[in-house]
Amino acid sequence: MLDDFFIRALIAGVGLAITVGPLGCFVVWRRMAYFGDTMAHSALLGVALSLLLDLNLMVSVFIVAAMVSLLLLALQKRGGLSTDALLGILSHSSLSIGLVIVAFMTWVRIDLVGFLFGDILAVSEADIDIVWGGGILVLMALVMLWRPLLASTVNPEIAEAEGLHPERSRLFFMLLMALVIAIAMKIVGILLITSLLIIPAATARRFSASPEIMAVFASLIGAVSVVGGLFGSLHFDTPSGPSIVVAALVIFVLSLLPIGRRSRDGTPFSPPGGHH
Amino acid sequence: MSETDVHLHTAASPVPSSGQDTRNGAPARSGNNALVTLREVGIRRSGRWLVRGVDFSVSRGEIVTLIGPNGSGKSTTAKTAIGVMKPDEGRVEKMSGLKVGYVPQKLAIDWTLPLTVERLMTLTGPLKTAEIAEALSSTGILHLARAEVQHLSGGEFQRALLARAIARRPDLLVLDEPVQGVDFSGEIALYDLIKTIRNRTGCGILLISHDLHVVMAETDTVICLNGHVCCRGTPQAVSQSPEYQRLFGAKAAQTLAVYNHDHDHTHLPDGRVLHADGSLTNHCHPDDGHHRDDHHGDDTAVSGHVHDDSCGCGHSQIRLKRLEPGKRDRA
Repeated sequence: MLDDFFIRALIAGVGLAITVGPLGCFVVWRRMAYFGDTMAHSALLGVALSLLLDLNLMVSVFIVAAMVSLLLLALQKRGGLSTDALLGILSHSSLSIGLVIVAFMTWVRIDLVGFLFGDILAVSEADIDIVWGGGILVLMALVMLWRPLLASTVNPEIAEAEGLHPERSRLFFMLLMALVIAIAMKIVGILLITSLLIIPAATARRFSASPEIMAVFASLIGAVSVVGGLFGSLHFDTPSGPSIVVAALVIFVLSLLPIGRRSRDGTPFSPPGGHH
Repeated sequence: MSETDVHLHTAASPVPSSGQDTRNGAPARSGNNALVTLREVGIRRSGRWLVRGVDFSVSRGEIVTLIGPNGSGKSTTAKTAIGVMKPDEGRVEKMSGLKVGYVPQKLAIDWTLPLTVERLMTLTGPLKTAEIAEALSSTGILHLARAEVQHLSGGEFQRALLARAIARRPDLLVLDEPVQGVDFSGEIALYDLIKTIRNRTGCGILLISHDLHVVMAETDTVICLNGHVCCRGTPQAVSQSPEYQRLFGAKAAQTLAVYNHDHDHTHLPDGRVLHADGSLTNHCHPDDGHHRDDHHGDDTAVSGHVHDDSCGCGHSQIRLKRLEPGKRDRA
């Protein structure tokens, strides 16, 4: 039969997938994939600081990811370098600073691979509580923020003109992202978080007639990926985090096949026609 | 409400008034029912004034049309009026609780976002099904309710955006080139619709026109911008001019109007300004301190166009060649 640790991994993984689905949709809609990556990479700096200052790991990761996103906002306001270049600087420098700090702390030995690629098979019951508790918190916040966030995704100027405060929703969105990264780090790892945000959402697009449906589908597809990936990792004895991502990719590729396609425009990923 | 660095210039308006009571600038004509009032508003970006000294108001039931060449600050002015941009000088006074409906000039919705016309309607606030249907049928796109916005043509998308803005029954409707991508008969129909909305709901409308000479007939005030208010006045109904009537057709003549520019200066292609008394300066109003040397400057945004053609800053240069086939494309 299945071992306890495997059941715990399934429960935690499915909880995480349901949480990140809707958030991943916004990452895709707002073209913020690289931004998500940057925040995730900064998590390693959070890990290093938590060890150095003896802080709670998740709190430390959340704070660093939030600070990095605020720093990005400040740098964007200042003008000059493009967002793309700024993200590149923030992403890899925060990752590297984290690695350097860890190297200086010769008295600590940390499982770097575990942080980078996750260690879902090691989740405890306390971790499950955090994943589900945090997940419910994130989803509730997202439901409350849904309208202003969606409106400012479509057009920040309309949102501003019609009183929905796009800057505020953007800030909340970044905080939610930081929270999700702090929760997800242990399960899929720093380097793979973004894929769990983006691949299920991209897969869901073709089958969705509204933003809300796409958010639900992304959660479901993510959950299926976690279950498939974990069983695959058990069966083939492969690392669990990457196996989940591979499972998500397989579903994405299958969704591209022209079987039972309902999409009206040629290839699924053709750019939008029509308006300008 | 923003009140950065309030400069209230008490000097007479730098703009020749044309019939309207604008001697003290637009606020003079705004009573208590002004929805939004701009007082000496200036917007500065990267050390350059995009617009400066802009003064006008929109009241309930009033249609104000902004015209001017590309880069003259029309969109900037409209965005400032509704709070999307903050003025760097002067101030914007909004009626408290003002409900705005906004149609931006450009809007690209990413393909990854599945959005039907119906769902677009409730983007910024909830609506009843009947209200959605009413707005869609008044813009003539009820049959497209279930269509994805990415599949609409330019004209259809424009109508969908207009439907969205009116469905929420705003006090102030701000339309940035609402007829772009719409064919001529569609343009007449949309202007007709805008008139109907105004008459039925009594909302104020701030309209940005792509055309320098032909505006909506129902316009109460035309404001010609070129980094500042060049002139303002009322349009003259096309139906009063047999020549125009022949060109536009009887139906259009009810809807369109001609605006005769009344400038005391002309913006020359090289950026200099020719004044009515024949003098040449580098800026419009040497005395009011508003217009520094770089105002119409040698930089790209303003000097990129040839003024006598695209701006019509000379007196009464009404050009009809825009109606030639193939010339109806927007700049």
